[in-house]
Amino acid sequence: MELTGAQILLESLGREGVDVLFGFPGGAVIDIYHQIPNYPNLKHVLVRHEQGAIHMADGYARATGKVGVCLVTSGPGATNTVTGIATAYMDSIPVVIITGQVPTPLIGNDAFQEVDIVGITRPCTKHNYLVKDITKLAKTIKEAFFLAQSGRPGPVLIDLPKDLQQQKCTYSYPKKVSMRGYNPHYDPNVKQVRKVAELLCKSKHPVIYAGGGVISSGASKEVTKLAQTYGVPVTATLMGLGCFPGDDPMWLGMLGMHGTYAANHSISNADLILAVGARFDDRVTGKLSEFATKATMVHIDIDPTSIQKNVHVHVPIVADCRLFMEALNKEMAAIVEEGEGCPPKTKWLEQTAEWKAKHPLKYKPAAKGGMIKPQSVVEALYKITKGDCIIATEVGQNQMWAAQFFNYKKPRTLLTSGGLGTMGYGFPAAIGAQAAFPEKLVIDVAGDGSIQMCIQELATAVCYNLPVKIVILNNGYLGMVRQWQELFYEKNYCNTCMDVAPDFVKLAEAYGAAGFRVTQAKDLEATLKEAFATPKPCIVDVVVDPEENVYPMVPAGKSLTEMILV
Amino acid sequence: MRHILSILVENEPGVLSRVSGLFSGRGFNIETLNVAPTLEEGVSIMTISTTGDEQIIEQIIKQLRKLVTVIKVVDLTEVKNVEREMMLLKVSAEEGKRAEILRIVDVFRCKVVDVGFDELTIEITGTQDKLTALINLMQRFGIKEIARTGAVAMRRSMQ
Repeated sequence: MELTGAQILLESLGREGVDVLFGFPGGAVIDIYHQIPNYPNLKHVLVRHEQGAIHMADGYARATGKVGVCLVTSGPGATNTVTGIATAYMDSIPVVIITGQVPTPLIGNDAFQEVDIVGITRPCTKHNYLVKDITKLAKTIKEAFFLAQSGRPGPVLIDLPKDLQQQKCTYSYPKKVSMRGYNPHYDPNVKQVRKVAELLCKSKHPVIYAGGGVISSGASKEVTKLAQTYGVPVTATLMGLGCFPGDDPMWLGMLGMHGTYAANHSISNADLILAVGARFDDRVTGKLSEFATKATMVHIDIDPTSIQKNVHVHVPIVADCRLFMEALNKEMAAIVEEGEGCPPKTKWLEQTAEWKAKHPLKYKPAAKGGMIKPQSVVEALYKITKGDCIIATEVGQNQMWAAQFFNYKKPRTLLTSGGLGTMGYGFPAAIGAQAAFPEKLVIDVAGDGSIQMCIQELATAVCYNLPVKIVILNNGYLGMVRQWQELFYEKNYCNTCMDVAPDFVKLAEAYGAAGFRVTQAKDLEATLKEAFATPKPCIVDVVVDPEENVYPMVPAGKSLTEMILV
Repeated sequence: MRHILSILVENEPGVLSRVSGLFSGRGFNIETLNVAPTLEEGVSIMTISTTGDEQIIEQIIKQLRKLVTVIKVVDLTEVKNVEREMMLLKVSAEEGKRAEILRIVDVFRCKVVDVGFDELTIEITGTQDKLTALINLMQRFGIKEIARTGAVAMRRSMQ
């Protein structure tokens, strides 16, 4: 079967099970767009800005566990995706980005809309390709999808020159991928598993520290089983939220800079830390030299570079987290059967429960008739949805409150830019998730600052009837920076006041979406319910207390126990 | 400590940039770098000398292994190895000084590969120390130019 490069690409996407493509056309991909109507199983979502396309593909990938795909043109189309590519790279999200490129004879000639996107994205992709031979296109696509989702997942970019899209060759899609330089190690070492099981049995103060790797590897069930069976408290990174039920007695809450008192104290007093698919980010560890100094550190990660990078690990394990946790649960069962047992950590659990009771997450409630507290908005979202929804967040205070005051019970229910902290991520990511799950309730918890970074995608949401609900915690500030200015920079609120903002209700209506505004606490729940019942995209502009801060807070450079509490 | 890494890579465009970008992006320093094809078609070998403590070198090696186009990484510093570097050195050699320069060339067992009216070009192969020693000795005559390959190295054979 002889096909053009454009046909080979679309045919191959079908073979990879791609059902939705987020993209924006241009001269360098016009041949691909010319063919799209011939592939009716492939739904194309036309975005309003390429940054929206990549974040949507990312949100789709996080919500489904499948590979998200976006298609953009050369030059500015390609560079507009860079922020989203870096976002996906930092959070290890499987995305394939297809960029058009100027015809091969023009490459390197500073042609119109030419840019070396392969060079630009080299440091923020897992791998990238410039295809220069039509006979290698199918193999390249197969490799790209394989790379994106195997080992430590990540974004892979394919740069496809315009003339290759037009050239023809015989099409056959490879069944297997063979790359001599790429062999991720999945299986855990049996002796290491035994060692960890024995350490866990002997330990008196163990803590499971779960990261995004638990979700991406599908290890949530096994982590939950281990924690519940042997009474091991669990904390998670921002990326790990949802990997363990947020309403379980073993749950300590998130740890780190805005983590809970219980989580941070548990980590600091633990004698054994089981770090699963987490990478000891500086937002998690606080002052590194004082992080978990009493603990034997076990670190399981598919990526060897993550191990021993920031902290000294006593038991390093390069393996797939799910396979390791499965093996560990079996080994623990075997130890119990052998009669050696795993003594309950009763005193430790009493201690962690005391910490939880002593300093739960809290905030000063609004005075009667006072301004709405942003935390109460997130609490209302949880109360109304009972956790049965997908939450996306922007970045800043809104993100931290969404992390703190909502109990995520299942994996893939929180979509947030953890590593890169990308403002403008949440709304397009929510659209991506909604495209995957049209029937689910998808909410973007936003700030008035960050929502303005990709607000144009409201047109996309309206166009495809993707009824995402944007809940803006509108405090008129770039709140997180303002908080730092207040606490550490002598209240010099330099350029963090966003007092000139659009009327978000009118803006929603201008795009053909629905707009709501809430200024009184008494109206909050009813308005949210009304918005959720509205079968189209909505903005709920909640005017909140402008000077509310995120607490607890570990100041930069301090240890986890040096927290500022409410 | 100085380490010599021997890295087998796919011979395709952009590989050098991936490897060097990894060093620069993470703040590691490359002291010397050398690339050439191997006997196997489509495979090249890079020899990189770099410095760092054990933790940094471990990270560098792990990060290199993570690159899809890198096939194998060996830290030759950990094994007995043979290390050589080649250098071309152009030195002022006016009448009256030429004989002394040639004597040094003889002692160093290097050779003169080009002669001008008032300069000589010397080719030398050896360890980094040997090359440095020659540079030191030639400096008083006036070195006009040098070109060095950077280290190439191999594991020593079993004896």
